[in-house]
Amino acid sequence: MEHYNMNLTVKVWRQKNSKEKGGFESYPVKDISSEMSFLEMIDVLNEQLIRDGDDPIAFDHDCREGICGQCSMYINGKPHGAWKANTTCQLHMRAFKDGETVTVEPWRAGAFPVIKDLMVDRSAFDRIIQAGGYISVNTGNAVDGNALPINKDKADASFAAAMCIGCGACVAACKNSSAMLFLSAKVAHLALLPQGEPERKSRVLNMVAQMDKEGFGACTNTGACEATCPKEISISNIARLNQEYLVASLTADK
Amino acid sequence: MTWKQVFTSSVGKKLVMAFTGIFLILFLIVHAGLNACIWANDGGEMFNKGAHFMGANVVPRILEIGLFVGLILHIVQGLMLELDNRKKRSVGYAVAYSDGSKWYSRSMGILGTLILLFLVLHLSDFWFPNRAHQNFVLGEEIDLYAKMKETFSVLWVVIVYVLGCLSLGYHLAHGFQSAFRTVGVHNRKYNLMLVSLGLGFSVIVTLLFALMPLSFYFGWIN
Repeated sequence: MEHYNMNLTVKVWRQKNSKEKGGFESYPVKDISSEMSFLEMIDVLNEQLIRDGDDPIAFDHDCREGICGQCSMYINGKPHGAWKANTTCQLHMRAFKDGETVTVEPWRAGAFPVIKDLMVDRSAFDRIIQAGGYISVNTGNAVDGNALPINKDKADASFAAAMCIGCGACVAACKNSSAMLFLSAKVAHLALLPQGEPERKSRVLNMVAQMDKEGFGACTNTGACEATCPKEISISNIARLNQEYLVASLTADK
Repeated sequence: MTWKQVFTSSVGKKLVMAFTGIFLILFLIVHAGLNACIWANDGGEMFNKGAHFMGANVVPRILEIGLFVGLILHIVQGLMLELDNRKKRSVGYAVAYSDGSKWYSRSMGILGTLILLFLVLHLSDFWFPNRAHQNFVLGEEIDLYAKMKETFSVLWVVIVYVLGCLSLGYHLAHGFQSAFRTVGVHNRKYNLMLVSLGLGFSVIVTLLFALMPLSFYFGWIN
């Protein structure tokens, strides 16, 4: 694809802190290379803001290679932008045309309060994981990984669920701000493996209880989460979680 | 995990919606099947026999109580879920996201409310006058076929009924497959089947119900 430069207007959500009310600000950016990543474009804009004596735009980022789940921008009405199966850091400027106005918003959900500008507090996800997203491991020598036979289909399905990077795009896309795709990926990942068996029932019950406590909405199976997920986590995991929950609530000892 | 904790959790609430939803889907099959007797074209003889069985026999009348319990649970839980879910995002987006989901999947609350409004009209047209005539016990019923003929001779009533059926159809187009997902059907081999079955069911049920007032209004039956 041919390289080109573009001028854009970036309409971005600015909010000083979690208490103050935010609003949109528009900034012109010039000579943006089509080969830059979206975050590099924001870096250029931030350097421009610093030179002008303004406060740079706060945003989350870490690996910038699509695997850490930190970047979290809602670009032109889509979590992580227009490209499918893609994170914001891997969205490149060739996705935009010269002269375009790009609207950038933070994830919107009561359970993800804005910290500043485009940064939201996603520690609710950490607390959901702490509620049950772990397995018991005996101390002593590490067990030979190949000693435990696992059905190939189950291993593949588990791995597909384990692809979830916990970015929160599913919550951002869901009309109910539900965290069910995230939660279901974490539950399915462990429920499919023999290692997940000891806490299988308590895991799903406790993690759902924690999700509700954090203030996420209930899932209505619309499919918006699956469509936006950068790791293409299947909505079938949600049905699997429902089954896990139903069985656990009917058969748990207490 | 107590039963209370289970049924007040987000997944438990969905399970209530799904189980009552599947129960109401089964009811729709009975309702549409029985009403289809109007097309026997025998002046309502077969239809009235069926209606009489449903209204004057103790077993369907006991089941009717179960139907109302299921219906009320579905309505109350549905409205509470919708209102609760709307509160989860206090600041909305400037640019709305609509990928990957159908408009009717996102509008279950509105479609359900339209169906509820339609149900008020529908019950006050047929069910309530009939039960009132029976003094709400197993007494003599009104001629429901004649009542249908009279009700569906008015154009605006026919239009409202057809719109009510359309709301039901779109509600089912999402609700059918969603209910089965909620009770845990996740196997790939059933997913496509569920979507096709759900769409087929919603189209057939909508057509059957909508054709009833239309058949009377346009005089397609005696």
